[in-house]
Amino acid sequence: MTEVRLIEVREEILAENRQEAGDIRAELRRHGVFMLNLMSSPGSGKTSLILKAVRALKDTFRIAVIEGDIDAMVDAEKMVREGIPAVQIRTGGACHLDAPMVAAGLKELDLAALDCVIIENVGNLVCPAEFDTGAARRAVILSVPEGDDKPLKYPLIFSVCDLLVINKTDYLEGSDFDPEALRERVLRLNPGIRILSLSCRTGEGVSEWIRWLADEIEAFRSNSRINGNDKE
Amino acid sequence: MHELAVTESLLQVVLRHANEGGAGKVVSISVRIGGLSDLVNEWVQRYFDHLSKGTIAEGAVIRIERIPTTFCCDACGHVFPADPRTREAIRCPLCSSAQMTLATGRECFVQQIEVV
Repeated sequence: MTEVRLIEVREEILAENRQEAGDIRAELRRHGVFMLNLMSSPGSGKTSLILKAVRALKDTFRIAVIEGDIDAMVDAEKMVREGIPAVQIRTGGACHLDAPMVAAGLKELDLAALDCVIIENVGNLVCPAEFDTGAARRAVILSVPEGDDKPLKYPLIFSVCDLLVINKTDYLEGSDFDPEALRERVLRLNPGIRILSLSCRTGEGVSEWIRWLADEIEAFRSNSRINGNDKE
Repeated sequence: MHELAVTESLLQVVLRHANEGGAGKVVSISVRIGGLSDLVNEWVQRYFDHLSKGTIAEGAVIRIERIPTTFCCDACGHVFPADPRTREAIRCPLCSSAQMTLATGRECFVQQIEVV
């Protein structure tokens, strides 16, 4: 009669993904490439926000985009029209990008010729929050029409991001979206998160987003140089 | 939903430890999942039953311990449980401060496995 015995594990369920994300992180640091993981519900403004940044910064930084969609080429095509290298990952059903998928996408890019990669994750406020992609920073967009209770329904994503962009502020007039309630709900989960408000459509507040991204890219690259990379 | 992706990863972790430990069969798996995660227990078991067929973890029972979400008050250091999904403002029950940091709730790990 075989005895039942216990084996202590104490390991994260997503340990393998985290390991691969760590490898990605190390490789990006070696090349001095800043990677941002941008997440939101479908339609909140990920593509618009990336296009704003790319148009403003493409003469200063060499940017590429990794597009994640269940099955479409639409967003990658928009990037290519801007003259930006873009890799489209079609997940074929997975509702998020994970480290192995992002690693495969990065292999299609020439990291030596880039300063920044932006991941436009699959439109979803739930699953992408769980999967480390190896990005240096994570950002989430919440648009005004979605309502100020999203941090209550999806606390995880707001707790793991470095930046929250409130988009479509041009819809505030006449809505019952309460920006103060939103701030309180987000800050109690994540006191260190930076919060920006803007409207991609009218352009109001967009320069703050561009400034944030430019500062992050610059800080990352100087840090990489200090730590011994000779990439210029 | 992403229970499938998470359960695939769970199976890999379990099989690795079971094989390293020379196990013949996995009987049960104890998992700790924090209050911020929306994983549904029933679906994790269902997906696991499907994915583990043909492996030594087939038939293993998954015991999920939910770790309550707690906050640490930035003002007085008191740690207290609270529902992150509440519409009410969350205040420290000792000093009423509204400044706090998440203490627990983001956990998603395998604690131990029972094997024969």
